[in-house]
Amino acid sequence: MDLDWDLVQRAFWPILKWGLIGTIPLALICFALGLVIALAVALMRISGNPILAGLARGYVSVIRGTPLLVQLFVIFYGLPEIGLLWDPWPCAVVAFSMNVGGYAAEIIRAAILSVPRGQSEAAYMIGMSRWLAMRRIILPQAARVSVPPLSNTFISLVKDTSLASLILVTELFRQAQEIAAPSREFMVIYSEAAVIYWVICLVLSTGQSFLEKRLDRYVVH
Amino acid sequence: MSSTDLTKPDLAKGGDLLTARGLHKSFGSHEVLAGIDLTVRRGEVVALIGPSGSGKTTVLRSLNLLETPDAGTVTLGEVSVDFAASVPRREALGLRDGSAMVFQHYNLFPHLTVLENVIEGPVRVQKRPRAEAIAEARVLLERVGLADKALVHPFKLSGGQQQRVGIVRALALRPRLLLFDEPTSALDPELVGEVLTVIKELAEEGWTMLIVTHELGFAREVADQVVFMDGGVVVEQGPPAVVLGEPREERTRQFVSRLLKPY
Ligand SMILES: Nc1ncnc2c1ncn2[C@@H]1O[C@H](COP(=O)(O)OP(=O)(O)O)[C@@H](O)[C@H]1O
Ligand SMILES: [Mg+2]
Repeated sequence: MDLDWDLVQRAFWPILKWGLIGTIPLALICFALGLVIALAVALMRISGNPILAGLARGYVSVIRGTPLLVQLFVIFYGLPEIGLLWDPWPCAVVAFSMNVGGYAAEIIRAAILSVPRGQSEAAYMIGMSRWLAMRRIILPQAARVSVPPLSNTFISLVKDTSLASLILVTELFRQAQEIAAPSREFMVIYSEAAVIYWVICLVLSTGQSFLEKRLDRYVVH
Repeated sequence: MSSTDLTKPDLAKGGDLLTARGLHKSFGSHEVLAGIDLTVRRGEVVALIGPSGSGKTTVLRSLNLLETPDAGTVTLGEVSVDFAASVPRREALGLRDGSAMVFQHYNLFPHLTVLENVIEGPVRVQKRPRAEAIAEARVLLERVGLADKALVHPFKLSGGQQQRVGIVRALALRPRLLLFDEPTSALDPELVGEVLTVIKELAEEGWTMLIVTHELGFAREVADQVVFMDGGVVVEQGPPAVVLGEPREERTRQFVSRLLKPY
């Protein structure tokens, strides 16, 4: 089989472009919203209120116990049945954000619990309320602990957004499909998409190591 | 008088600053405090001694509301709380404002610089102007010999330096009572002196302090009163020369002689 270099070259820019203006923004927005959900769920779980904690536990259990693709389909094909007709893009944002929220909640909860008890006690000693101690003393330290696992969650999310192509969201992989179908060069085009995903993730991993090294400077050894 | 230096203690001596009566605290079925009575007069230094597990830390934590006693009353200045009655949490927390604690393991905030550690309470909790809090923090840091460490993070400091920051963090809250929980027992032996020296200077300035310590020589030199606890009760209390020199109770005698001749 001759490799169609011309096709590879013509396909490269459109695929990369949709990576940059489709995949990356989708991942960033879903990650940001997911972190907000995760923080709320984590705080509910450690709130000491049995109802809030139960709801949080249930949420995490459902998100982690069902396939992401199924969650995406429930939202895209299910919401119209209850009268909510949304475009693919907002559906994808809701599905991925909720998914990240479930996974990151457990990361954030573990990070909060990893901060030594003496830290909250010192915060209370200087007169802080529970919430102020959480915001000023506990969460900043928990954030440092959770950077490595959360970076992994983000990298997974970048790859998982390829599932959005199945509900017709235009992003990197959808673009690859649209080029592959008429040319029938599936092997070449999908491999090219894979390489582009790979490079994006390599860049993100490098950024992750850099971030971890920076944060490490302030950690107690 | 507008020039009152608030980084110095209230020197109006005499009168009871802290009175605790019948403090009880159990963890599950384990009764840790079985009715503690304690009085600290204004300007006085009280050393709290006793074997490990006798409840000393629990006493300090109760006074700072890090534990809630099951029963007993605590009066600190104008604030009085009866723990047997169902006091609203908010009201009980009024007690905390009067005291500040220095922890055995320092418990400095690792993500903040030394200066930020010190001004966190004054600025975020007491809502004092930031510039004023910084100026005051710098005076206090200077006084314990750490003026040049204001902008570094705690992990760069030795244990003795960290504990001195712990002391400054407590002083910056302008408490009426300082609580020390074995402030030198986590330190390497060669660093104990620098921390004890600071505490001694505070005593000379007239700060009211309740100090849990195993340093009996230090207690003898600095304390006005020594309180010996064992098994959740106060066994004996009085001037250091009596409690440490010629204790009346057998349990005190055994404890003191064991600490003085450890080998
Ligand atoms: N939060 C807690 N839960 C259960 N037991 C505790 C708790 N805090 C202290 N204790 C117990 O109370 C006893 C007295 O502890 P503590 O006040 O720390 O004594 P000391 O400071 O004199 O060594 C110990 O037996 C300890 O195990
Ligand atoms: Mg103790």
